[in-house]
Amino acid sequence: MVASMFESRDRAGPAVRAEGLVKAFGSNRALDGVDLEIPAGTVLGLLGPNGAGKTTTVRILTTLLRPDSGRAWVAGHDVVAEPDAVRRRIGLSGQYAAVDNNLTGYENLYMVARLYGMSRRSAAARARTLLERFRLAEDGGRPAKEYSGGMRRRLDLAGALIAEPPVVVLDEPTTGLDPRGRQDTWDVIGELVAEGSTVLLTTQYLEEADRLADTIAVIDAGRVIAEGSPDELKARLGGERLELVVAEADQLPTARAVLAEVGSGEPTVNYQLRRLSVAVDVGPKALLAALRRFESDGPEPDATGADAVRVLDIGLRRPTLDDVFLALTGHRANTGEDGEDGA
Amino acid sequence: MTVLVGGARDSSVVAWRNLVTIRRNPDLLLGAVVSPIVFVLVFAFVFGGSLGGDGYRHFLVAGIFVQTVAFNSAFTTLGLSSDLTKGMIDRFRSLPMSRLAVILGRTVSDLVVTSVTLVIMTGTGLLVGWRISSSPLSAALGYLLLLFFAFAMSWIGAWIGLLCRSVEVAQSAGVLWLFPVSFVASVFVSAQTLPGPLRAFAEWNPISAVANATRALFGNPIQPPGIPPATGWPAEHAALYAVLASLTIIAVFMPLALARYRRVASR
Repeated sequence: MVASMFESRDRAGPAVRAEGLVKAFGSNRALDGVDLEIPAGTVLGLLGPNGAGKTTTVRILTTLLRPDSGRAWVAGHDVVAEPDAVRRRIGLSGQYAAVDNNLTGYENLYMVARLYGMSRRSAAARARTLLERFRLAEDGGRPAKEYSGGMRRRLDLAGALIAEPPVVVLDEPTTGLDPRGRQDTWDVIGELVAEGSTVLLTTQYLEEADRLADTIAVIDAGRVIAEGSPDELKARLGGERLELVVAEADQLPTARAVLAEVGSGEPTVNYQLRRLSVAVDVGPKALLAALRRFESDGPEPDATGADAVRVLDIGLRRPTLDDVFLALTGHRANTGEDGEDGA
Repeated sequence: MTVLVGGARDSSVVAWRNLVTIRRNPDLLLGAVVSPIVFVLVFAFVFGGSLGGDGYRHFLVAGIFVQTVAFNSAFTTLGLSSDLTKGMIDRFRSLPMSRLAVILGRTVSDLVVTSVTLVIMTGTGLLVGWRISSSPLSAALGYLLLLFFAFAMSWIGAWIGLLCRSVEVAQSAGVLWLFPVSFVASVFVSAQTLPGPLRAFAEWNPISAVANATRALFGNPIQPPGIPPATGWPAEHAALYAVLASLTIIAVFMPLALARYRRVASR
């Protein structure tokens, strides 16, 4: 229905396709051959740390930047050769909400609608509809500078949807928001997805991609290094991990043996922090099993000496972006330092 | 044709948005309103005393008009630079709107601000004893010429604004070049009193031409008291030269600003 106003070739093939995108800024290769494909009506989460190339990818797909080489199409239109056709089919909500603080919420949306070429009347109607939908109707007459971070982000999102574009690009929609604002924004994106829009979502948060995306593409140093459904990616990481910190360095081998027993994979050890971790299948069960082994006043002395290990901290942890990177690249997401070794 | 209509509509939307911003933040007008008043008063009374009293003031006021509308370009620089750093330009560039509209809308809204400034300066001028002594039609042409020149200068400002990496840089870059350009001209003094190379610069400076043409259209003295009339093509064809120079400025800086807008990346 939304796409009905566009030509039929828009619907043939994927909604977004990128082939070998390369973009260098000086000597820094921001993109080093990015390939992407987003089937119509699905959500692709582009997951990566700061500087991985997420925003550069977005800027190329939204015609704000020209690639040095490679090609990209949005709804069948080449982003370099037909930028205007692409702009009419894409809604962008940026990392830094591009809301005009001096205009009211209503005026912001009205302005964008007019710039999409709508008549005064339909622009006004569209602005009101969207304010309603994004729960901003009551504040529509207030200048946007009085809005909270979450409200501003919702307004920016509403601006991206003015023309009911078949493809919506959300560049780090929740970065810098408080938990409430993040929840608000997730709800709105959830609705969007339910309506069948094609969405490209960039994020630094695995949790966010997990929640909203059908497919996650992990990007690092300008390349897509892994792609799959959230479940597939998590399977590669081994899901939840059991983490443990011990008091003495010489207790590490003993503790490691216990983790190898209760866990489902090879434990990793950080000698400096005296921290160990291991992937587990059923978190609570593994945690209980480990606790029992470390219990010092058990019924009989433990032959392995596990009961002598002084445990400072133990707990279950869901995989983070850091873990994804560690598993895929062997280095941490933001620092680039070496990961914990498996020995 | 549709391109032109779309461009005009988009520009008017952008101009509307800029004017709403000014209406909500009247303090933005401080520079545009107060500084010309200060300039008229300071020059009329501080310089006026030694430079020829009433006669000098009749000569001076139109000059200050021109200088002030030339500084209009600094507002354009600041406005566009602020849109750029706040991500508004990105939003505009991602919309299917006319490429020219963001800049044209800005130069038009700055022209509205300049009109307000001209009204206030006219009032201040009348207070210090300056008078228009020509026909209403001629006076209207004088004001039109001032506005047209302001519009032209705005395009230089637009190009500079889109070159600046931050609002702070734009703040100084927007006015820095204007000081020498507007002082080495027949604004406060006659070009003929300047030494060699400065004199040549001042004679061919479009600001001198606009000032001299405006003085003629207002029926004001073209020279300060006691200075012989200027000679040379620009002085003898001040109005023609002023219009040609303004057109040239637009012809050069409109494409420059537009090209810059197309490639500009705000971060």
